[in-house]
Amino acid sequence: MAETTWRADLTAYRAVLGSRVRAQASYRTSFATDLATAFLVGVVELAETWVVFSQVDVLGGLSFAAVLLVFGLSNICFATADLVVGHLDRLPRYIQAGTIDVFYLRPQPLLAQLVTSEISLRRLTRIGVGVIALVWGLSVNDVPDPARAAAVVALSLVFGTVVFAAQFVTAAGCQFWLVNGAELTNSFTYGSSYAASQPASVFGTVLKLTFGYLVPAAFVGYLPTLVVLGLPGPSLLPAWLAWCLPLAALWSCLVAGLVWRAGVRHYQGAGG
Amino acid sequence: MGTWQLVRAGFRQQSQYRLAMVAGLATNCVFGFIRASVLLAALDASTGAFAGYTRESLAAYVWISQALLGAVLLMVPTTAVGERIKTGDIAVDFLRPVSLLAGHLWMALGRGLFTLLPRGVPAVVVGTLTVGWFLPGGVAPYLLGAVSVVLAVAGSYLGAHCVALAGFWLVETRGLNALYGIVATFLAGLFVPVDLFPGWLRGLAALTPFPTFLQYPVDVLSGRVVGLDAWSHLATQAGWLLGMLLLAQLLATLGRRHLEVQGG
Repeated sequence: MAETTWRADLTAYRAVLGSRVRAQASYRTSFATDLATAFLVGVVELAETWVVFSQVDVLGGLSFAAVLLVFGLSNICFATADLVVGHLDRLPRYIQAGTIDVFYLRPQPLLAQLVTSEISLRRLTRIGVGVIALVWGLSVNDVPDPARAAAVVALSLVFGTVVFAAQFVTAAGCQFWLVNGAELTNSFTYGSSYAASQPASVFGTVLKLTFGYLVPAAFVGYLPTLVVLGLPGPSLLPAWLAWCLPLAALWSCLVAGLVWRAGVRHYQGAGG
Repeated sequence: MGTWQLVRAGFRQQSQYRLAMVAGLATNCVFGFIRASVLLAALDASTGAFAGYTRESLAAYVWISQALLGAVLLMVPTTAVGERIKTGDIAVDFLRPVSLLAGHLWMALGRGLFTLLPRGVPAVVVGTLTVGWFLPGGVAPYLLGAVSVVLAVAGSYLGAHCVALAGFWLVETRGLNALYGIVATFLAGLFVPVDLFPGWLRGLAALTPFPTFLQYPVDVLSGRVVGLDAWSHLATQAGWLLGMLLLAQLLATLGRRHLEVQGG
């Protein structure tokens, strides 16, 4: 019995996503513009990093070639999470308009409904920029142990995406209190993605603890890069910590779950 | 309805969402900490002139630009106009006794100026508490800086307004909006000051109004640019503002002719 409902759910999800994919691809010009824009956004972000390196050769112990790895890993993970759950940032609109009530009435968890309601295909090109940076970084850097590097990159791509997806859920959960905080959802998630693409060694103690442990952004790009290059890492953020990424992902999910549940219960309806 | 009332309405509208303000301030500060760490580390590692920036002036750059972020419309340039064009409500706006542009611009100015109080001032305070005093002495930087900030708030709104008006022809402006947001943010000098760009990129930025939205008011307010140079900054800002005003008027006139609203 349980298996059949599970399978029915999957079929339904596939049907919804299939229709969303067809819907997005059917407006060809708009879709092409979206794809091109997402690509350019990624390129401009890479340019921001490059501009800093036009002034210096080494930042926080990493060269531009090394930072390409940090950028690539964190961008692939962030863009993939954005593709799957990024549309949660529409929640404030539903809350402000009161249309969120409809979701509460349906016999499915609210989060599952919202996540499965859309897939943002335009993020695909953004992932592409990350892949280019990662491959570029892997080819220009000296990688002492390729097998270990492959393992840590795979670990980062899977659990790093989980870390960012959990942050999207956390930010969306906060919207039940903030209401008009769409900008905040963006800055929180983009802020942690920004932090994730920097060499964490430039941070002071408080920031290291914040983005190393509280919001584990450094786990996604910086720590795996240290392992790939065989570097020891700064105080508070030793390289071996990269292997604990699954724990960091678990911690992020725990926080996201708590905030989301509290948010859903906090909502009192718009009347009507 | 008077201009002043529109500004006040924008001011009061923004003052309603208090928690969102606190949250916005918190994110501004977190971004400030990250940017300050990266740029100060780059300054320490640099062997070149670093465009004449010192620790103080770089800290001033980071924290004053963070302080202006909420008031200046850059990263997420969404406007009510864009939404109203998409839904067709814009047809009603054209019938109002206030011009489309004036109605939205004055409200935006009110919202922006209100945002400076709860988000701008505390961000500067947090900055001075963490990196030390960086504000300039004397009165001139503050007086000229105030004018520069008002010009930047109005100018950045007009830029976003013009992008929204493109919706008369494009219908879906989400892609354009996102692109504008990232390019404007980059060329305004949010992540790295424009003066640290390589020469050709600085030249490219100077061909756009974006540096006048952030780099210019920060330069004037922090006292990095004084005297005649400060006045020249203000003049450039005013010039771009005027240009964008004309563009917005032109787009609205053309768009109105192009507009077709269905239903009865």
